[in-house]
Amino acid sequence: MTTLLALDRVSTFYGPVQALREVSLTVEQGEIVTLIGANGAGKSTLMMTIFGTPAAKSGRITYQGRDITRLAPFEIARLGLAQSPEGRRVFPRMSVEENLLMGAQVVKYADYEKQLALVFELFPRIEERFNQRAGTLSGGEQQMLAIARALMSKPKLLMLDEPSLGLAPLVIKQIFGAIRQLNRETGLTVLLVEQNANQALRLAHRGYVLVNGVITLQGSGAELLAKPEIRAAYLEGGH
Amino acid sequence: MSRALDVFKDAGSVAFFALVIFAPFLGVQLGDNDAGNLTLGARPALLAGAVALVFAARVLMRLWQDHRPTSQAEKLGARLKPAGKYIAPALLVFALLMPLLPGLPAQYIDLGVLILTYIMLGWGLNIVVGLAGLLDLGYVAFYAVGAYSFALLAQDFNLGFWQCLPLAGVLAACWGMFLGFPVLRLRGDYLAIVTLAFGEIIRLVITNWVALTGGPNGITDIPNPTLFGLRFTMFPAPGTFAGFFHITPHPWQRIAFLYYIILGLALITNWVTLRLRKQPLGRAWEALREDEIACRALGINVRNTKLTAFAIGAMFGGFAGCFFATRDGFISPDSFTFMESATVLAIVVLGGAGSQLGIVLAACVMIGVPQMLQSLAIYRMLIFGIALVVIMIVRPRGFISERRPTISLGKAQAISADLISQGKG
Repeated sequence: MTTLLALDRVSTFYGPVQALREVSLTVEQGEIVTLIGANGAGKSTLMMTIFGTPAAKSGRITYQGRDITRLAPFEIARLGLAQSPEGRRVFPRMSVEENLLMGAQVVKYADYEKQLALVFELFPRIEERFNQRAGTLSGGEQQMLAIARALMSKPKLLMLDEPSLGLAPLVIKQIFGAIRQLNRETGLTVLLVEQNANQALRLAHRGYVLVNGVITLQGSGAELLAKPEIRAAYLEGGH
Repeated sequence: MSRALDVFKDAGSVAFFALVIFAPFLGVQLGDNDAGNLTLGARPALLAGAVALVFAARVLMRLWQDHRPTSQAEKLGARLKPAGKYIAPALLVFALLMPLLPGLPAQYIDLGVLILTYIMLGWGLNIVVGLAGLLDLGYVAFYAVGAYSFALLAQDFNLGFWQCLPLAGVLAACWGMFLGFPVLRLRGDYLAIVTLAFGEIIRLVITNWVALTGGPNGITDIPNPTLFGLRFTMFPAPGTFAGFFHITPHPWQRIAFLYYIILGLALITNWVTLRLRKQPLGRAWEALREDEIACRALGINVRNTKLTAFAIGAMFGGFAGCFFATRDGFISPDSFTFMESATVLAIVVLGGAGSQLGIVLAACVMIGVPQMLQSLAIYRMLIFGIALVVIMIVRPRGFISERRPTISLGKAQAISADLISQGKG
């Protein structure tokens, strides 16, 4: 296995407030890695830092051995990282098709048809709603569209920020199933940021636990699921 | 019976508010007597009349709301919808033939030139406001840059309209980028304030840099455009339009020529916008309007996307400014006040931000109507203001607010997203 993404003691600040404290993690080729943590732990910040906004103040982020710490988001996207941001953020007044085209902007439409076929296979709902405005889709469909849109750029690493947010259990199951299918069939590497620790750890090969900007635990999905402190903090409703 | 009482109560309370508001404006009258002292007179009849009018209007409005034949009106609307796609071609044919209509007074062609200038400005600003969603209150700055570029180039280097037109556009585009850089991080209200300031700065610089721009006196004797080197004069001399074709010179020829220039420029603006909307760049502008964070997450170069929107919007403003200078032959800072920016922005908003056809209709209303009402003298702006308020109540998102996807497999959908965002889905 080769390391696709590596963070080495990365710290991020919002003004004087430190959001990430020397975070180190790695994502190997072909893995699903999940990052779990409570509200405000810095999960989204970590994902945005990998993507260059806000840029890390110290530490190093390497992707395929290349230092991307100081690159702009659009330069990072060109290297094959794609992101589905928190809260879906589809373009509401644009059609599903136009949303997908926006996702394909960085690859100059070269593989558009191929990726479209992949997306349709993964989410048949997207094909049904192809001409509809994204704002008229249900929450689950919008989440599918957000993931599909990120997939259009033919990424090597897909980063998903809370895809289960505000969705019904059945829809979450569908979406997590699609992520697993993507990983198994196309070998896509996935970095999944989640609050829904139970499902995320079941899906992922490995996981990291982020608390107040610090990685406190790491291990395989099953290992983490078995740890009593994880059970107490994230799985059994305690604090 | 309680229904009637309800309407009566409602109209009564509205009339009460009207009384409170009108009392100081209509109810009292300041005057002076022979000794030169101020007197305070009452006008109870006028006040009562105004309040009664409001009361009656409110009752009628309620009755109309209750008995509105919604279903029939909607059916009619649905039947008229297919006719909608013929509006644009029909307007285009009318615009092309308008100056040729026999017996049409030249002042109407002149009005056409004015309206087309604002249509072009509206289409230019639409790129920035309607497509990219960047609220620009200082668009007049680029209009001014275009006009002064041409005027100064003509004055100092003896260049003609056609040489200066592209230069004016390029210079305005440069200023668009120049404005774009400092405001890259701003959105909404903050962006509006900075662009407003930018428009004022340009105007103040033009007013005060007397050595270059002539200050408040402006620049005179700006050359007229020529038709392949032929000038438009009142004498059929060689080298003039009339002399070359051996026809009698007539002021109509010059006005019609100006009309076709601005029509051509406006159509180019429209064509470029429609083309760009189908390109990745235009789609990125629209995506930027919808959600900037999502754009960043998709690897869109937000900086360049914004700068091109500012630059291309400004370029068309510059073209329009260049035309304005050649049409009037005289420019001064008075022509480039905030009022112009506000008018153009009003055209874009009234048209339904993003719609090309809506802007045409809005420009006709905003520019044409006040001119038509000229005979009504002092009531002109009052009627105009009321009309605008009514339009925005009836069509809160502008004349044409429905956005059609730029790409589609040809299947219409049942519910438009615009209705849903208004809570009517």
